[in-house]
Amino acid sequence: MAHLVLITYAVIAMLPVLLIVANSFKTRAAIFSQPHLPPWPGTFSLIGYLTVFSRGNFERYFANSLVVTCVAMALILLLGAAAAFALSQYRFKGNTWVGLYLALGIMIPIRLGTVSILNLTSALGLVNTLWALILVYTAQGLPLAVFILQQFMRQVPRDLLDAARIDGMSEYRIFGLVLPLVRPAVASVAVFTMVPMWNDLWFPLILAPGEATKTVTLGAQQFVGQFISDWNALLASLTLAMLPVLALYVLLSRQLLRGLTAGAIK
Amino acid sequence: MKDTGGGAPASPPAPLVTMRKRRPFPTYILVFLLPAAGIYTLFMIYPLIDSLRVSLYAPEDGRRAFAGLANYARLLTDSLYAPRFWAALRHNFVFFAVHMLVQNPIGLILAVALSSRRLRGRVIYRTLLFMPTVLSFVIVGFIWQLILSPLWGVAEGLMQAVGAGAYFRPWLGMEGPALVTLSLVSVWQFIGIPMLLFHAALLAIPDEFVEAARVDGASGWTTFWRIELPLILPTVGVVAILTYVGNFNAFDLIYTTQGALAGPNFSTDILGTFFYRTFFGFQLQLGNPTMGATIAGAMFYIILVGVLLYLFVWQRRVQVYEL
Repeated sequence: MAHLVLITYAVIAMLPVLLIVANSFKTRAAIFSQPHLPPWPGTFSLIGYLTVFSRGNFERYFANSLVVTCVAMALILLLGAAAAFALSQYRFKGNTWVGLYLALGIMIPIRLGTVSILNLTSALGLVNTLWALILVYTAQGLPLAVFILQQFMRQVPRDLLDAARIDGMSEYRIFGLVLPLVRPAVASVAVFTMVPMWNDLWFPLILAPGEATKTVTLGAQQFVGQFISDWNALLASLTLAMLPVLALYVLLSRQLLRGLTAGAIK
Repeated sequence: MKDTGGGAPASPPAPLVTMRKRRPFPTYILVFLLPAAGIYTLFMIYPLIDSLRVSLYAPEDGRRAFAGLANYARLLTDSLYAPRFWAALRHNFVFFAVHMLVQNPIGLILAVALSSRRLRGRVIYRTLLFMPTVLSFVIVGFIWQLILSPLWGVAEGLMQAVGAGAYFRPWLGMEGPALVTLSLVSVWQFIGIPMLLFHAALLAIPDEFVEAARVDGASGWTTFWRIELPLILPTVGVVAILTYVGNFNAFDLIYTTQGALAGPNFSTDILGTFFYRTFFGFQLQLGNPTMGATIAGAMFYIILVGVLLYLFVWQRRVQVYEL
């Protein structure tokens, strides 16, 4: 029974994606006459990919997305861990309030501040730079990261840290000591913050729509739009746009999903 | 577990009397907190507050004059904005309702199936079922646009195969069904999130609870309704509020499949696309940051109402069992 439910839904989840990928390797005639069949020797064709590579700028978009996601992710993890460390390790005046203040952002979509974010980035001269996206995504990701990392930091044995203090370690060194201990939390922070950043269309469209700073999602959105009548290129560009994410997902899925379920329990 | 922080341990143990005296705030705490708090304040809190402020001013010949709630009144009554606003709000609630009625129940069913004990291939199922969730709205929008396209005929062919070919329509191009169709596309993409949240909650229930019920003769159905569902009720609330808030973020899917005008004839226009159009302008209408900020402000208050209901009504009522 369980298997029946799961297999049925797995087909529903997979079929649309497989359909696009399979048809991207077929001739134009075959795409229309037999869309449900996988490519055969008679119907196999790479024409769509050739069109896309001769016209696209995909490598650049991909590199932009990679830079934005990696730098923002690194900032979120480092700054988020530092704030979570301070909130979970020290009792100081206003601790609870600072924690609540930082948690506010979990529930409020940052998009609602777009009008002022655009003013702010243009005042700082950051429009059409990757830094605009990096800083906005960092601000967007921090609340949840601090929240999750705090739960993990609380579980670090206090005796261990006190022993380090007696040995005369500075608080900064102790933070360095704790960082590797919360590695399991990193996966769940990553899945909650990285996927939305990579897939976002809103901020690239508004803050960095220039050709030099286009991300893969914005690039794909406009690029695919050009091929509305060229079905080979349309299917090929869609396949190319989702392949990196899917490859990364399959590679990391075990950790990502474990992190997600672990993060959700506590 | 509220706060397990012990005293600031770096300083030498001071006699109790001097503890009363004000010590300087330890620098290292500031070093740890300030970078995160700074970026967060500058790029999230400040823009949100500033945006709310902008919505209270009238942009008159260069200098801004305080206008109170005039912009909101305009949004709710002016014939240029009000019909679009109310329509978009209604569409947002349709979008939300479809997610609550389709996505979350199916997500729960999948989670129950996924959490059944001694299930073979659990990791593979989980990987496959969550996969659409990592794709971007843009890709998902295009994929379904192609599949539902009468030009390609894939959906029609599939429906013919099960004898329902006569019911196929180009739904995305029809005023009535377009919004529900797009909601279902979004459900298809995001079902992985409620599924995993429910799955995690179900895994946290100790086996003995379920076994004890079985020994007492309860059927699987009764066990679910009487034991498992009450125990995961807090997660039901979390899923509902996440769905509610996420619904106001929906922009990408509509923009990709139907464009900024959210066609056909604005039938898929939600607050996200309405906000975008008003802020940036479209076709002949110029962009209007003030009214854009006003729409964002209205969305903020609508979200706030939902979150407050969740915090003060749902969370107060729901029984949380310590497992």
